Amino acid sequence: MRLPPFQALLDEHRDDVYRFLVASLGRDEADDCFQETFISALRAYPRLRDASNLRSWLFTIAHRKAIDAHRARGRRAVPVKEVPEQADAGGLVLDGEPELWRAVRGLPTKQRAAVLHRYVNDLAYADIGQVMGCSEDAARRSVHEGLKKLRTVWAT
Amino acid sequence: MKELERALRSASLPPGDAGADAAAGKLLARAEDEGLLEVAYGSVESPFGDLLAAVTPLGLLRLSYDPSRNDAVLQQIAEKVSPRMLEAPARLDPVRRELDEYFGGRRNEFDLKLDWRLTRGFSQKILRETARVPFGEVATYKQMAEAAGSPRAVRAAGNALGSNPIPIVVPCHRVVRTGGKMGGYGGTLGPYIAGPEIKQQLLELEGALDESGRPRL
Repeated sequence: MRLPPFQALLDEHRDDVYRFLVASLGRDEADDCFQETFISALRAYPRLRDASNLRSWLFTIAHRKAIDAHRARGRRAVPVKEVPEQADAGGLVLDGEPELWRAVRGLPTKQRAAVLHRYVNDLAYADIGQVMGCSEDAARRSVHEGLKKLRTVWAT
Repeated sequence: MKELERALRSASLPPGDAGADAAAGKLLARAEDEGLLEVAYGSVESPFGDLLAAVTPLGLLRLSYDPSRNDAVLQQIAEKVSPRMLEAPARLDPVRRELDEYFGGRRNEFDLKLDWRLTRGFSQKILRETARVPFGEVATYKQMAEAAGSPRAVRAAGNALGSNPIPIVVPCHRVVRTGGKMGGYGGTLGPYIAGPEIKQQLLELEGALDESGRPRL
């Protein structure tokens, strides 16, 4: 069992994990969630039995933390008559297509996560299944449905 | 369709975004607070170039001369001690301070606590005996073997000293050959300087050499 020093893991994957969290949660929450992800990882690290896919392992943790953060936000949210215009501004810090990122963040949780794991994190479907705790087929389906929905709002 | 996928794939943080840096910086403080930082490492300066230093809550674990071996040294620590390792330069302040004082001629004895976990058995015995050889003096490999209770294990004593994980602070440079020859010192250690030359300079700094540059036995 050859686990590399945790710092090596952090150096190699922190930008990707951070980007994933910004894309799923927006900038403000990404920071906290990043801490939660890596602290959890550091806590569990010495007991890890399989060092062959550390990237997927980290994304599994980040995925759960992002879902926790979404739920917590749902509990905090109070209904308001008008949604403030800049409510989503935290999600616009990724380069590229602001409309697209807004649309991604509007997807149902599973589809959003699956789409991000596939295209932003570049994970294989088998790994996405592992990260999300579902089958490879279910992962492929979620990505497919997510894309379908995105196409309707992001017309080219 | 292809365009949508391409747009998704091109996701990136704005150039020069320091978000991940800042987040990683805070992580270190939190890991320390929660007692999850088991090995802190970083580099410390010496007249022989930067040394890699690693400390644990038990004390100084490792000093290493050769930067080209840093990855191997860190991997060995991950396997033998704990993979919960983070770069934490501030945690090395006491090591840095004492080494500065030592190289500046203002310190004869290190007060640093030591973590011996990278050594075991006979090697550790030899190294613990070596740690007792005072500043300004030298001992022989034979004397170390005797002190460790195995007078005939002179070669094994030499090997133990050659694998000293905490050079300088555990002063293996103070151990020389019977008859006053210098003996080895880790082969070619630093990037700019060979091991035996480091040994010579350390003994010179400590005033342990006679006028002809031989160890004063």
